[in-house]
Amino acid sequence: MTQTSSSLRRGGAGGARPQDAARRSRRRPRRHWRQGLTPWLFLLVPLALLVTFSYVPIVNMVVYSFTDWDGVSPDYTFTGLANYADILTRPELFKVFVASAYYLGAAVLQIVLALYFATVLSFNTRFRNLFKGILFFPYLINGVAIGFVFLYFFQEGGTFDTVLRLFGIGGEHLWLGDPDLVNFSLAGVSVWRYMGLNFVLFLGAIQSIPPELYEAAQLDGASRWQQFRFIIAPSLRPIIGLTAILAVSGSLSVFEIPYIMTGGAGASETFVIQTIKLAFRFNKTGLASAAAVVLLVIILLVAWVQRRLVPEERVTPS
Amino acid sequence: MTAVRARVASALKYLSLIAAAVVVLLPLGVVALTSLKTSDELATGSGPLTPPHNWLNLANYVTAFDKGRMAEAALNTFVILVVSIVGTVFIGSAAAYAIDRFTFRLKKLVVALFLFATLVPSITTQVTTFQVVDQLGLFNTRLAPIMLYLGTDIVAIYIFLQFIRSIPISVDEAARLDGASAFAVYWKIILPLLRPAIATVVIVKGIAVYNDFYIPFLYLPDQDLGTISTSLFRFKGPFGAHWENISAGAILVIIPTLVVFLLLQRFIYNGLTQGSTK
Repeated sequence: MTQTSSSLRRGGAGGARPQDAARRSRRRPRRHWRQGLTPWLFLLVPLALLVTFSYVPIVNMVVYSFTDWDGVSPDYTFTGLANYADILTRPELFKVFVASAYYLGAAVLQIVLALYFATVLSFNTRFRNLFKGILFFPYLINGVAIGFVFLYFFQEGGTFDTVLRLFGIGGEHLWLGDPDLVNFSLAGVSVWRYMGLNFVLFLGAIQSIPPELYEAAQLDGASRWQQFRFIIAPSLRPIIGLTAILAVSGSLSVFEIPYIMTGGAGASETFVIQTIKLAFRFNKTGLASAAAVVLLVIILLVAWVQRRLVPEERVTPS
Repeated sequence: MTAVRARVASALKYLSLIAAAVVVLLPLGVVALTSLKTSDELATGSGPLTPPHNWLNLANYVTAFDKGRMAEAALNTFVILVVSIVGTVFIGSAAAYAIDRFTFRLKKLVVALFLFATLVPSITTQVTTFQVVDQLGLFNTRLAPIMLYLGTDIVAIYIFLQFIRSIPISVDEAARLDGASAFAVYWKIILPLLRPAIATVVIVKGIAVYNDFYIPFLYLPDQDLGTISTSLFRFKGPFGAHWENISAGAILVIIPTLVVFLLLQRFIYNGLTQGSTK
């Protein structure tokens, strides 16, 4: 520690000269060079950006959450925990979590489907790459384009109704207008869009299993299900854990699809859409900040719980 | 008996795959069909699954491209994309180089700062990020999304960090003994060796930026600064219920993605696998 600080001072005074560095590293053959300023020169821009666009907003958000600021006027007053009390006591502010439940359910379905298709396509299959590409492609499509595609798809008497009629289910449904249906429709779009990513990640994990394991299992007479249960499932545990936590934080912060398709109206309003509306439409920056802090705390809690459950894993959201 | 069961299982497998493919392709295919129809065809009740009269009717594409200002949108998106990708590569690799190859005071704190930031969903802090961007005078300039894409991409740092660890330290030590400065080592040795990681970052970042809707929507409301996403989103207004034009716009946006996907399939799969699990 003292060594580091002395080299820091030296670096600060004379700057890190290359000849210097070479001489020093010969004198102290270490795995890492101990020069005061050099690493900071490389970190200057990344850290400046990180602080400006991540930490300043986070700190501001926490500060505003205790105020009644409207986002426009030059001053505000501190109101203590009033905003938090508001969020926790006004049921209409809390009902947006109902919508999250649909997306969470959809995420479970999505993971199951992804697991199924990843397993199926890890075995020999005709047109394997074609199927893989088709299942994955939606993940790459622009969210606004997806929104429009499904606005059209779910129109009254549109594609979906027409297809259902082929299967004998008649009638025209307000897939996006009926408050009982809208979250099913939107969560379905979410499965359509994101299943491919999970599928490709699972497939990658399955394909990194040494093939000898399957051969040995087959020689021992293991069925496909047994191969899945005892070879594939265990080796997928870490990636499924990671996917699960992303599913939870993802379903809490759903924004794009409902915002584009329904404008977040009525039952389809999500937590993030509500926050954005509070801030930019109703100028309740203080209340919106408190809501964002609540969401942040929930997501950090989920991440923490997940780390406790699967400690050996590294969690990095994509 | 087992032969019959295997046959049934295999049939079910292909059936499920075909069903999934139909579910994926049907919504897209219908939009593609609609984009080739005339407004008269749609008005006279041509069902969504009926083929267009004229398969080569590209008039809607011309309308969408001109009136939707897609050329401008493509240019704006391209500028933002290139600057943020190049910036991310340099910033991410520089940070990873500093963190992995140097010992310095507060290193743990720096790493913790980057780590914690990955856990914060950027959408939750938009309310206050907006104030920061506004105070910097970046609102309604292309620099706003560029700075945000650069400043909030911590995943890139992780990808580089992961990769830089696999480059033996003896490589840069040898260069340092020959008198190369820390900067020269980064520029001439580390950066070229990072090429596979750079490919990953370019792909992950490129997809994210091309498809991002919220940041340009919030920070670039100016019509002249539309990106692919926001310009397409604006179709909702003027084109109202003109689904033939909206469909053409959506397909126009999807085609570049499809082309890039077909050309770079393997890189994209690998890039995403690395980008999200490492």
